[in-house]
Parts: sequence; structure tokens; C-alpha cells
Amino acid sequence: MSKPIVATASLAGCFGCHMSVLDIDDRILQLIELVDFNKSPITDIKTFTQPCDIGIIEGGCCNSENIEVLKDFRKNCKILISLGECAIMGGLPAMRNGIPVRECLEEAYFGGVTVRDNTERIIPNDEELPIILDKVYPLHEIVKIDYFLPGCPPRADLIWEAVVALVTGNELKIPYELIKFD
Amino acid sequence: MSEKIKFTIDGKEIEAEKGQLLVEVAAENGIYIPVLCHWKGVHPAGSCRICTVKINGRFMASCTTPVDANMVVESNTPEIQDLRKAIIEMLFVEGNHFCPSCEKSGDCDLQGLGYRYQMMVPRFPYAFERRELEASTPKIFLEKNRCIFCKRCVRMIKDEEGRSYFAFKGRGKHLEINLDTKLAEHMSEENARLAMKICPVGAILRKEVGFETPIGKRKYDHVPIGSEIENLQN
Ligand code: SF4
Ligand code: SF4
Repeated sequence: MSKPIVATASLAGCFGCHMSVLDIDDRILQLIELVDFNKSPITDIKTFTQPCDIGIIEGGCCNSENIEVLKDFRKNCKILISLGECAIMGGLPAMRNGIPVRECLEEAYFGGVTVRDNTERIIPNDEELPIILDKVYPLHEIVKIDYFLPGCPPRADLIWEAVVALVTGNELKIPYELIKFD
Repeated sequence: MSEKIKFTIDGKEIEAEKGQLLVEVAAENGIYIPVLCHWKGVHPAGSCRICTVKINGRFMASCTTPVDANMVVESNTPEIQDLRKAIIEMLFVEGNHFCPSCEKSGDCDLQGLGYRYQMMVPRFPYAFERRELEASTPKIFLEKNRCIFCKRCVRMIKDEEGRSYFAFKGRGKHLEINLDTKLAEHMSEENARLAMKICPVGAILRKEVGFETPIGKRKYDHVPIGSEIENLQN
């Protein structure tokens, strides 16, 4: 039997969740016995080359490109997992929710303490740039998500236990200390 | 003389004094019923409903209900567990709870309940209502985005003349916790400390101290909220 195929992506996240995946340490050798990877920053495969079994997504949706990637994952993966607080509830990027987008952009490009030489008061608006959404959305408010792994980042053991349970079909028993929101 | 009565919680026979509050009798007997608004010795508010149980088939808040003879109380049933979980989820989506950046994280009762009831994701959509931070007084921050309206601060934190520092403003969707900034200019260190302690979430934080307890040593890092009550009897 061929191995299940996993794809991963980071949307509006900090890559911390992906780091936590790597934090399973030498179990990564067992992991590659269990699954194959397709589209993922870890493999550097940029587009889906085959249908996948499990899609793992870090980060919420803050712009139009995030939504496109998310929908692409939903189309190409049988199971989608929201990995981490940003995917589940927008996380720290969602602290801008409730502040009008214009105000955020003006702070970033005109008023912020790191702004330099923007005398013409330009807010980048090239058509090649993804459009910023009115707020940062949790993934499950955009597409159907099958499983949720909380944490900022989710503990490596939680990710490991969840992926192994999913691939082997064994029941997932989560010890108290593995569910954290920070 | 107070009258002794008998009743049951989840089939367990309990003896108590008639008129004691159910939530407190349960705790004395090693049965944990979660609370967010109740504080022993303070007149109950019954506002958070997380202590809901079924008494003789009807939903009641156990922090406002005096015990009586032959009551049949259900608490740890799947139905009530799910109801409590729903309340926790509702509180999470209704405020703005960014736990990774919250100073109360690890010591927060709401978060602790999220862990205990294994909230992986709330079933309700996030509201992302925006409320202001009140940071103008010397001793405390009031982070209104995290208030769950338990009213503990309003009921418990008062000056020497009995005046409350905190008050609710508005109704329904617009309800907000507020600080009397004039009064709070002279808030004592002791009151600031107490206010932060009794606030079940990270809405009241002391200034000039922060993140005192390292990760791994916080209240709910290793044991679920309620363990201290449950371990009484085991
Ligand atoms: S108050 Fe509690 S639940 Fe809210 S953000 Fe802080 S730690 Fe999280
Ligand atoms: S500020 Fe804290 S103590 Fe006061 S009502 Fe809100 S949650 Fe309760």
C-alpha cells in the first residue's frame, strides 16, 4: 500500500507551527516512513503534483492569496487540519480585526515609527499584490476544516500524536498538557 | 440549630446544612462544579451560568441555589458537560482572547476551562468586537476585550468608603466593564493586587509587573482547573 500524502502551507502565520512540526526531533525519520510529502515549504514543492490525503495549514486568512491557497488545499486534500491559534481564530494577526483597514495601512506606511521617506504618502497598491481583507479570518469560516490542533505553537507532541493517529487509524488520546492556547 | 439534610449529586449521597449554596457543598465534598463569577463569601451573582446543573430535571445555577432535602442533582453528565463547553466557547468568541499575548495565560480560569473541556475550536463564529483599553490610572490596566462580565470586581473591589472602582456600562451587545478613573487614581497596591487576583481572566492587570511566573510553573500548565477540589477526596 502506498503511503498517505501530506501537504502543508503557512498563510497568515509566523512559521512557528511549521517549526513545531520540525520539533518532533528524530521522530521525523519515523514520519517519512509513515507519509510522503507533496506541496509544502518543507519540500519546496510549489504546486500540487497529485491529490493529497492530509493538508496541514498554519495561519489564518488575511489576504486574497491566502484564500486562493486555502481553497486549493480544500480541493486537493481529503482531510484538512487547522494547525495553531492563527488558523483556528486568526491569532495575533487578528488583533487588527475591528480596526478599519485604511487605518492599519496608514499606520504601517505613514504614521509608524519605522516609516522612512514616504513623503508622497504611497500605500502600495499594485495589481500583483494580494488584496488585504477587511479582517483576518479563521480558516473554518472560509472552507470546511476537519480537525483543529490548538497552541501557539501547537506542541510538537500534539502534532505527532495527531498525525500518527490519523495515518494509523488509532484513537487519539490527548494528555492534558498537550492542549494549550499559548 | 441548622437543619441537616441529605441529597444526591450524580448519585452520590451528600449530607449538608439546609440552605448552604450547592456549589460550595459540592466543593466541600470533592465534586468540582466550575465557576467563573462565584467567589466564596461574596453574595452570588449567578451571571456566568457555567455552574449550571440539573436539579430534579431542571437547569439551575448551582451558585445561587441553596441545598434542600432529597434534591437530585446531575452535574457530570454528557449533556451538562456540553452545555458548559458551549458557554466557554461563547465567552471565547464574544470577547477578544488572544491567549498567546495575554499576561494571564496559564493562570486564567476561562482558558483553564477551555483546557479542561478540551475546546479545540468554538462552535460559534468569532465576533471580533473591539473594546478599548483603559490604561490611564497608575496601578492597573483594564483590558475590556477580555472581560467576561462576571461582576467580581464590581462586587468586591471598593475603597475605604465602600465605593466601587468598577461598574458596568451599557446593555446587551454594548455592555462594557468600566473603571472610575478618578477613584482609581488613588487605588491602593493591595486593591490592585486583589483585583487582578479575583478577575477570572486577564481583564485586570497590575502595572509595572508582568509575566512573573515562567511557562511550566503556572497554575494550569500541568493540572486541570478544579483538581484542587477533586483531590480533596481521592
Ligand atoms: S483572558 Fe484568558 S482566555 Fe482571554 S486571552 Fe487571556 S489567557 Fe486567554
Ligand atoms: S473585569 Fe474581570 S472581574 Fe471584572 S467583570 Fe470583567 S471579568 Fe469579571
